[in-house]
Amino acid sequence: MRKLLTNRYSSIAIALILAIVFTCVVILVMNANPIRVFAVIMRGSVGSWDAFTQVLQAWVPLILATCGLMFTFTAGLWNIGMEGQIEMGAIFAYGVIRYFTGSDTPGAVVIILAILSGIVGGAIWALLVGLLKNFGGVNEIFGGLGFNFIADAIMLSLVYGPWKPEGVANGSTRMLDRIYWLPQLEGSYLSLWALGIAIIGVILVTVILKGTYFGLKLKAVGKNSKSSFLLGVPTNRYMLVSFILCGIFAGLTGALQVTGFNHVLRNNISGGYGYMALMVGMLANIQPLLSVPIALIFIGLSKGASGLGIDLQLDSNLSGVIQGSLVIFVLIMDGVRKVIQRKGKGAANG
Amino acid sequence: MDSSLVNSIASIFAWAGPVIFAVMGETITERAGVMNLSLNGSLILTAMVGFAVATVTGNFLVGFLAAALVGALVALLIAFMSISLKQSQVAVGYVLAMATKSLAYFLGAPYVGKQVMQIPVVSIPLLSQIPILGPILFKQTLMTYFSFLLILACYIYIYKTHQGLMLQGVGEKPTAAFIRGANVNRLRYVYTGIGGALVGVGGALYSLSIKGWNGQLSGIDGIGWIVLAITIFGSWHPIKGALGSYFFVILQWLGIVLQPLLPNVNSRIFQVAPFPLMILALLFVNIGNADWVDRTLAGLPESTRRVIAKLLRAMRTSPPAALGIPFENE
Repeated sequence: MRKLLTNRYSSIAIALILAIVFTCVVILVMNANPIRVFAVIMRGSVGSWDAFTQVLQAWVPLILATCGLMFTFTAGLWNIGMEGQIEMGAIFAYGVIRYFTGSDTPGAVVIILAILSGIVGGAIWALLVGLLKNFGGVNEIFGGLGFNFIADAIMLSLVYGPWKPEGVANGSTRMLDRIYWLPQLEGSYLSLWALGIAIIGVILVTVILKGTYFGLKLKAVGKNSKSSFLLGVPTNRYMLVSFILCGIFAGLTGALQVTGFNHVLRNNISGGYGYMALMVGMLANIQPLLSVPIALIFIGLSKGASGLGIDLQLDSNLSGVIQGSLVIFVLIMDGVRKVIQRKGKGAANG
Repeated sequence: MDSSLVNSIASIFAWAGPVIFAVMGETITERAGVMNLSLNGSLILTAMVGFAVATVTGNFLVGFLAAALVGALVALLIAFMSISLKQSQVAVGYVLAMATKSLAYFLGAPYVGKQVMQIPVVSIPLLSQIPILGPILFKQTLMTYFSFLLILACYIYIYKTHQGLMLQGVGEKPTAAFIRGANVNRLRYVYTGIGGALVGVGGALYSLSIKGWNGQLSGIDGIGWIVLAITIFGSWHPIKGALGSYFFVILQWLGIVLQPLLPNVNSRIFQVAPFPLMILALLFVNIGNADWVDRTLAGLPESTRRVIAKLLRAMRTSPPAALGIPFENE
């Protein structure tokens, strides 16, 4: 038993089992059959090529957001403002496309400009949170939330205001002209370009964090900011840079949401990916490669659960329950493992 | 003063009820050195539980009790994971905020839009006859009166009782409190549980007296984060925290009042506006803590410097010294 609890892998397996048991209990409370629920989720995520391309498509924003958070997590920061940074990226990207719509500029150039502009938007929004923390003493959690709310307000005033389509105000802009869409895979919504960018993003983050001096220093800042400061690392500057890097990924996420998938700017375009990415990042424990499968599982659950309403008259928020309980049980088992190990060490020393 | 204005001012006190309960709960929890970051989710979950239980049993009291119990359980889970298992309070609180929110929407789906009876308004004899003040303060529901009493009770408990002194000690100087004979970790468990129960009452009060239960459309999402901000804004002091709560509710009320006057601005903007304003307020109370402010001030002429320094000191807040730091008695 002790061995099971102190081994890293078996403790994660136990957490997984506990999360499944908990989920089954929650489903049974609703008088539903857990096996049928899981069948619906499987069918809606990997049951068909069509479903799977949708999962892959939603995986792109989630993994990109998670990649960005790797920087702030490494620096010991909680960038809860991810959601607003994605929104700003989307707003900036759409603004550029809107400006060029009807001009002679080739679509590909406009798309590249839009993505770059989205990156700038996300980075600015993240930098503001960092500045507020460094110079205003406002914890990044509250600063980030504040800027999420402000981004919401800006988004709403644009899509219900100057950017609303003629005549209607339904929280969405007019659809982009086809030439400003990232090319999509035949017969699906999946954009291989976006998928490629996401994969490059994962590689880039891994290289920066694991293979450069900068990554090492950032890690030192996150582990112990006071002693790194005393050793001559400009901690404040490193924190700000980690916010900017995170914002770059957030902005990219938002821009791809516009040109790659939604083809409009609309309210809630960030889709909760920023909030979900925080959970993926926690589970991945700052290992970018590990976050690849975790993000895929999380997105599969979300997409699969969206069919619960039609098939079983259950609320699709069940996916959030599964994801949340999974993280909670992993944290619990991790804590149990460390407490047992510490006790063992104490006994050995005594 | 015309009666519609009196009525709307009275409704500010009623709307503030849930915020007050949650802010007082979080103030007590953080005073003991634990941060319950799950508020946004636990408020929604307890709103759902309170509503569902009250609808099924037809009894408010049972609804509030069930919500308090659930709020306490969520809080105790945070205490267990952070105190006993030494996990980061921020991480645990954040995940629980997300998980409890989803759980509330999933389990609460069958109760969406159900009607629940109104909590009756109780006029206090004589006092409610006072012009203007009477209808504002003394024609409220029982729970609103409780929210007034709770502010006072928290203030007296924290500052005027021996247990309150211990509570402050556990959050400020746990080692000293331990030497004085306090069981630091047990007290942290207790106060986290009590705080969570108060948050639960606040959640139930939302659904049972103000918003009803409409799943994701209940309009409770986001308020938990604001409660956390108000707790800081109120520098962990019950009376200042209460003022912050009323300030936030007044901002929300202004949004509704101003909306018809500015027809060009989308109504949703008025709904979101109080949230960033509250965060801005945080900036003002925190800015005095930053080094660069001290450095800039040093360059100013003496008389100006003194005035600004005084102003900053009056606004500045500093958290309980051991907030979020695990205690180990070595």
